[in-house]
Amino acid sequence: MRVVVVSVFTTTALLAQQSALDPAGANATAIRDLGAFFLGLLGLIFLMVIVLALIPLTGRHHGIEQEPLARTHRPSERTESKLGTAVGFATAITIVILIGLVIVSVSVGKSAIGTLDRTHSLVIEITGNQWWWYIRYPNDNASLIVVTANELHIPIGRPVMIRGTSNDVIHSFWVPNLQGKRDLIPSRVTTEWFQADRPGRFRGQCAEFCGLQHAHMGLWVVAEPPDQFEKWMAHQREAAVPPSDRVKQRGQEVFLGAACVLCHAIQGTSAAAQMGPDLTHFGSRSTIAAGTLPNNKGNLAGWIADPQNVKPGTHMATVPIKAEDIQPLIEYLESLQ
Amino acid sequence: MTPMLREPVDAQHDIAEHRMLDRVWQGSRGVIGWLSVTTHQQIGKRYIVTAFLFLLLGGIEALLMRLQLATPDNTFLDPARYNQIFTLHGTTMMFLFAVPVMEGMGVYLVPLMVGTRNVAFPRLNAFGYWMYLAGGLFLYGAALTNTISDAGWFAYPPLSGPRFSVGKGVDVWAQMITFTEVSALCVAVELIVTILRMRAPGMSLNRMPLFCWAMLVQSCMIIFAMPAVMVASTVFLLNDRTIGTHFVNPAEGGDPLLYQHIFWFFGHPEVYIIFIPTLGMVSSILETHSRREVFGYPAIVLSMVGNGFIAFGLWVHHMFATGLPQIGEAYFTAASMMIAVTSGIQIFCWLATLWTGRLQMTAAMHFVFGFIFIFVMGGMTGVMLASIPLDLQVHDTFFLVAHFHYVLIGGALFPLFGGFHYWFPKFTGHMIDERLGKTAFWILFSGFNLTFFPMHLVGLLGMPRRVYTYPADLGWARDNFLATAGAFAILLGGVIFIANVFKSVKNDAAAESDPWEAGTVEWAAASPPANYNFINLPIVSSRTPLWTESKDRGVVVGLRNDRREVLVTTLLDAAPRHRYELPGSSIWPFITALGLTIGLVGSVTYFSGYYVASVLGMIGLIGWFWPTQPLEKKP
Repeated sequence: MRVVVVSVFTTTALLAQQSALDPAGANATAIRDLGAFFLGLLGLIFLMVIVLALIPLTGRHHGIEQEPLARTHRPSERTESKLGTAVGFATAITIVILIGLVIVSVSVGKSAIGTLDRTHSLVIEITGNQWWWYIRYPNDNASLIVVTANELHIPIGRPVMIRGTSNDVIHSFWVPNLQGKRDLIPSRVTTEWFQADRPGRFRGQCAEFCGLQHAHMGLWVVAEPPDQFEKWMAHQREAAVPPSDRVKQRGQEVFLGAACVLCHAIQGTSAAAQMGPDLTHFGSRSTIAAGTLPNNKGNLAGWIADPQNVKPGTHMATVPIKAEDIQPLIEYLESLQ
Repeated sequence: MTPMLREPVDAQHDIAEHRMLDRVWQGSRGVIGWLSVTTHQQIGKRYIVTAFLFLLLGGIEALLMRLQLATPDNTFLDPARYNQIFTLHGTTMMFLFAVPVMEGMGVYLVPLMVGTRNVAFPRLNAFGYWMYLAGGLFLYGAALTNTISDAGWFAYPPLSGPRFSVGKGVDVWAQMITFTEVSALCVAVELIVTILRMRAPGMSLNRMPLFCWAMLVQSCMIIFAMPAVMVASTVFLLNDRTIGTHFVNPAEGGDPLLYQHIFWFFGHPEVYIIFIPTLGMVSSILETHSRREVFGYPAIVLSMVGNGFIAFGLWVHHMFATGLPQIGEAYFTAASMMIAVTSGIQIFCWLATLWTGRLQMTAAMHFVFGFIFIFVMGGMTGVMLASIPLDLQVHDTFFLVAHFHYVLIGGALFPLFGGFHYWFPKFTGHMIDERLGKTAFWILFSGFNLTFFPMHLVGLLGMPRRVYTYPADLGWARDNFLATAGAFAILLGGVIFIANVFKSVKNDAAAESDPWEAGTVEWAAASPPANYNFINLPIVSSRTPLWTESKDRGVVVGLRNDRREVLVTTLLDAAPRHRYELPGSSIWPFITALGLTIGLVGSVTYFSGYYVASVLGMIGLIGWFWPTQPLEKKP
């Protein structure tokens, strides 16, 4: 039964990038298997109840010992006591099964969502914002801190600890292929542990209703081998690449001269605001507007020109930029690899 | 003088008695008369009709949401409108349909079932209805001016707080809760007293119909649960928004999780407040249509009482993702699973009844079987949700949406429809068309499963709830399309149901007083019952008096028929204690409700409403409590 259920689960969830049925680590796998076990057992009980309810409707059913009476009838004492035994027995079985399920659930929970090895785990701080994710890799050495947004890189085979909070309303961090969800609550810090065991790109999404654009608060987790991850980290620590030609030079001037700098930071320039996502390595991220659109020049131009059209209600301001300045700005931002 | 118990009286006497009672129990005519009604049949019917109108509105909102979600990246509704609609849908279904419709069934049926003439506090009953109606009109009246909360039916701060929800929408929402909770508390109090002190002589607690037990448990739950939501929505949220108290505002040291604890301390029992009355309905229908007493009466009663207690001990399973310590959460896992034991006992007892009954497959019985199928499946996914690791994956996804619609539609709406078909002759004096009833059942049943079953899968595939749209490349499109198609099947089933009601009411054939040959006392009254229910109050000596006793069973005599007099009996054994005069028709509950409405609406719009309200409310209460002269001076 269990094997069948698991296999049904796996085939329907083929290639799913945001699915609890296609786990990429031990935590999510344990939860998936626990779910399959529950589903198998409870599904069986459900079928038994339905069969027991339908049998009295069949023509051949005469009850356990039915004595006909004109208007109403009262089954014999013997029948009633048989029924009493049956109901008592079924109740006892129910209690035993439920106690078993509590034990299984709590023990799986301990290993699947409990604390992993704290000593060599990677700590990542995530702060929810309406409607994007602030991501920070803390370090005792301030020059080694990495700040990014909406796209998280993690090494495979190493436990990750998420320390989450929120700047505004309650959000919930959820990457189903890796782990269950954890709320990000203003004024509190919550933690969650998981580990990716295979490389891949996994999508996550805010799971606690957080207002107008709750539907467009996505993020990506890139799980990669440790050496690639270290390379990525090293690159993220660097300041932004300076503009390499006249067009990008112009783009940088436009950026620094417009209202963009009131919210965004680009390390290595004078832009240092933290209201919106850090753009130091914007060009290396795969999506814009928190998973709303693929990151390419056309989408970026549309997003900057009219953010409300792409993501109605977004807090990204509509910054008036002259038509001839749009192209250099896009070129500059996309060059921030 | 204590009433005497004696053998029934002759027909001639009955007619004279009827004329007398009719005159005393009839209200005055005209608009004032209509506003002054205090008889439980009228008020029960008003509750039920009003609640079904709100069900219709909530259903239309559901269809709009399903249209928006039918295809990926759909632009039928913009995000603001979508969020408003799902807030209205949840609020309407929970506060303006599900609880009031159960109250309405209770108000209508309980006095008939316990064999008395009215509820214990008729004017409070009228007041409760007006408050409910005013709350509903307030919410939808504000909606017409586009003042609609978009923070969800649960309104978690800080999202619902003054900083992130500007405008009056959330204020209206929070104050609407006050209206409906006042109404629910009124009904709870009067049903508890009616059930405990006004049962027919001989109807000891262990002979009381299971529906009355269900309403007793539900009413007690209301008294403990509803104050909690008023603390959450009014004391915390509304005060934070209007006078800056910062109870749940994290920016000023308040705690947003405090709101969640208090809200779910109400919110979880709320589900059982909606669902326990239907346990009574199912028991009534099963008993009559399997032609035997429900098996395991004490077990069902105790398990309903157990449900009532356990329901208060598992609110944290709505908050597993907030990161409370695991050891504490494990307790709530165990508690959440424990409720499956008491619910299981009820199911087992009904199965035993089915196995030894001679079943008549009426439309009502179809709905009972639909209930067993859907509710048991919802119960199974409920056990999955009690497990913390599983909950952390499926919480706030469409899996959860599927789960609670299986529990609430399966557990409450299907039995309610069953009960509506079953008691329809009593309500209206006409039989409901069985063939159309069964057709509606099959369409509703298949439409329901087509809508909600695919949601389980799409939730496991990672689709969170409360999203106004979703991308095309995540594999959610097929299941969402199926769900939308199913929603239209439900609409069709609903239209057939409504058409059946109108057709059957127009039908000439009058229903007999006991068309199903049922066993409980409400079927001894005429269909529809007279304003005073029974010419002579019945005397009861078994659980199913109409089955086990002859037509000549004893009745109560000695009650005065020139005023609205009822019999008060003892709590356990229902031995006659004394006679008690109930108040007659009165306009004052309406005026008091009007005053309170102006005050509550004023508190979120124009503060000057308070002054009008206090004067009007004071006049209302003075009129309400004005001492009435005794009818006769002579002893």
